[in-house]
Amino acid sequence: MDYNVTQKAFRHQPNVRLRKSSMDGSDGSQLFEDTSGCSSKTSQQRNQASGPQSAGFPGQSVLSDPVSNLAMAYGSSLATQGKEMMDRNLDRFIPISKLKYYFAVDTLYVGKKLGLLVFPYMHENWEVSYQRDTPVAPRFDLNAPDLYIPAMGFITYVLVAGLALGTQNRFSPELLGVQASSALVWLIMEVLAVLLSLYLVTVNTDLTTIDLLAFSGYKYVGMIVGVVAGLIFGRPAYYLSLLWCCAAIFVFMTRTLRLKLLSEAAAAEGRLVKGARNQLRMYLTMSIAAAQPVFMFWLTYHLIT
Amino acid sequence: MALTLYSLIQTAILCTNAIAVLHEERFLRKIGSGVDQGVTGFGDDPGIKAQVLNLIRSVRTVMRVPLIIVNTASIVLLLLFG
Repeated sequence: MDYNVTQKAFRHQPNVRLRKSSMDGSDGSQLFEDTSGCSSKTSQQRNQASGPQSAGFPGQSVLSDPVSNLAMAYGSSLATQGKEMMDRNLDRFIPISKLKYYFAVDTLYVGKKLGLLVFPYMHENWEVSYQRDTPVAPRFDLNAPDLYIPAMGFITYVLVAGLALGTQNRFSPELLGVQASSALVWLIMEVLAVLLSLYLVTVNTDLTTIDLLAFSGYKYVGMIVGVVAGLIFGRPAYYLSLLWCCAAIFVFMTRTLRLKLLSEAAAAEGRLVKGARNQLRMYLTMSIAAAQPVFMFWLTYHLIT
Repeated sequence: MALTLYSLIQTAILCTNAIAVLHEERFLRKIGSGVDQGVTGFGDDPGIKAQVLNLIRSVRTVMRVPLIIVNTASIVLLLLFG
């Protein structure tokens, strides 16, 4: 296991990482690329052309009237003001700018991460790289957590569960909602339990709630693989693939959480650092990782005959 | 198991109510950490027991008023809609 501490900064302070909204577009590592397709030249031309065009466009008498021009300008300024106020208030409850960070993924990242979730044994460097104190977007760093895979995995799990129930003639449309809400409730309870245990053990970590949500959502990938294998090839295939995915998720979670929860020395050199606190944290990591296979089995065994 | 969001909300309300109606002295004296002998260590490892006590104390302080509102609302709703 090779941690390049010189190349990537390792944070020892427990500050919560700031995923500021100024991250997108400010310093070259944008969250989202500009794929709108129109360069600045064409936008300038468009601005010049729209001036004389608005006078002669739809209702000539309506738009050339200065009073209605004033009314239009006032209305548009009101609309922008209202939109700004709503954005600001909404941002207070649901941190939308922080959420954007978790969805800044691209196809290559998703492919590599899915491969990592099913086969994490060859991956060597599990550290999240930082860029001047803010974490790098998931698109540039394979180890960063994202919310795209968990969200898509959850939806796919609900659909695959409906498919599995349909092949056994147990399907009805309400069951989709029941499956979805039951899986969601288990997810919420798991995240709350992990938060509670992190609080009780007083771990100084920079894991946020959304990070925990992302990590808990990674097990849906394994569940989907298991259920699909069980549907196509029968019950033994379900057990085999579920066993494989459980082991993979266990290793994945352990290696990821070890860096975040344990102290620096323990994470850098291995597992054998003495101290009651480190032992407790190791137990905590292990139990969080061990809870994943339990949930994976619990949420899928009733789908396979 | 038909777990729904509604049952989760019910569980949350019931658990918070349970913490709120707890009689600290009698209950915690049995466990051996009463109010008068509170642990006020400032070391960087307060221990699990102190953390649990802190959590219970803070939940009671914070959730007292919202719980009144939520309980009243749920009583009214359950009376009206069964």
